[in-house]
Amino acid sequence: MSRLISLFAVLFLFWVVLSGFFTPFLLGAGVLCALAVAWLANRMDVVDHEGHPIHLGPRLFTYWPWLFVEIVKSAWMVSKIILDPKLPISPTMVKFTPGQRTVVGLVTHANSITLTPATISIEVAPGEFVVHGLTRENALACIDSEMDRQVQRFEGQRAVKDAA
Amino acid sequence: MFTAAAAGLLIAICLALVRAILGPTVFDRVLAANTIGTLAVMLLAVIGFLTGRPEFLDLAIIYGLLNIIGTVAVLKFFRFGDLGEPGNGDLPR
Amino acid sequence: MSEVIYVLSWLSVTVGAAFCIIGTAGMIRMPDFFTRAHAASVPDTAGAGFLLLGMMLQAGLTLVTVKLIIIGILILFASPTATHALCKAALTRGLKPPMADGEVISKR
Repeated sequence: MSRLISLFAVLFLFWVVLSGFFTPFLLGAGVLCALAVAWLANRMDVVDHEGHPIHLGPRLFTYWPWLFVEIVKSAWMVSKIILDPKLPISPTMVKFTPGQRTVVGLVTHANSITLTPATISIEVAPGEFVVHGLTRENALACIDSEMDRQVQRFEGQRAVKDAA
Repeated sequence: MFTAAAAGLLIAICLALVRAILGPTVFDRVLAANTIGTLAVMLLAVIGFLTGRPEFLDLAIIYGLLNIIGTVAVLKFFRFGDLGEPGNGDLPR
Repeated sequence: MSEVIYVLSWLSVTVGAAFCIIGTAGMIRMPDFFTRAHAASVPDTAGAGFLLLGMMLQAGLTLVTVKLIIIGILILFASPTATHALCKAALTRGLKPPMADGEVISKR
């Protein structure tokens, strides 16, 4: 139920931001549309921990800035490789086991790997990632990485361990 | 300042276009089209600032949404040779 | 204060545009599809991020900034998904990624 209310709030906020008008008619239409979409989403059974993960909550806002710094660092490195006249690349594929347990955690890890330039996740399954790296160091750096630990913290594994 | 950014984005789009024309495989072309889409979203936002008309941001959002759908549709087509479920094929027509 | 923000946004927009040009130049320089995908993710992430950051600093706390954040979230969710789907499709269609070591390094 709390998921449904939060979905309605997010949808209504989205409507207000996109419309930018605050007349009673448009706000009322926004409420009606948000209610209709929330009802349909509930009927489609997509409002669960995967479709609307509010349990992650504030951890999102500590993970994203960290990820942005990582992106900038590796984008700078890839830019240096591109501008190097010798083009020092050594493409490598690695296969390894990620440490995440939930679906949302696995997808976050895979998306983060692809988001940072120089690494692309090619195969994603529980217990097996295949990653393609621009250089051998990039690819090998994905195994048991700091990112892996950060995503584990992000999906709340630390908290689960503490509770158990 | 935004004129310079728009010029830079146009240069980048031209470079991506070169790859789309050269691209030996179809995946190179799709990759270039995807990059052009992202750059076009940025260009729309920059033009919105350049002309002082924030309505362009709405266009940028719509273009971004269409870009995803376009890329995934093309990929699905090239991966399965079909846009939907092929079905079992032996149904009476 | 406003001068500082102006300079910061100018820097950010310039860096973003530079990343876009470098990334697309890399798309032309790289020898094969998979390495081109690596180059293409530079303008998709760092380029777009810095450009949006610069525009946000320029707009201040308005509805425009919220829309820019929505565009940013859209790009940051969509582009890795598209790249991943593209690479997986290329691999299943039989495109061979060139590898320096000649084989997949497996580690568990």
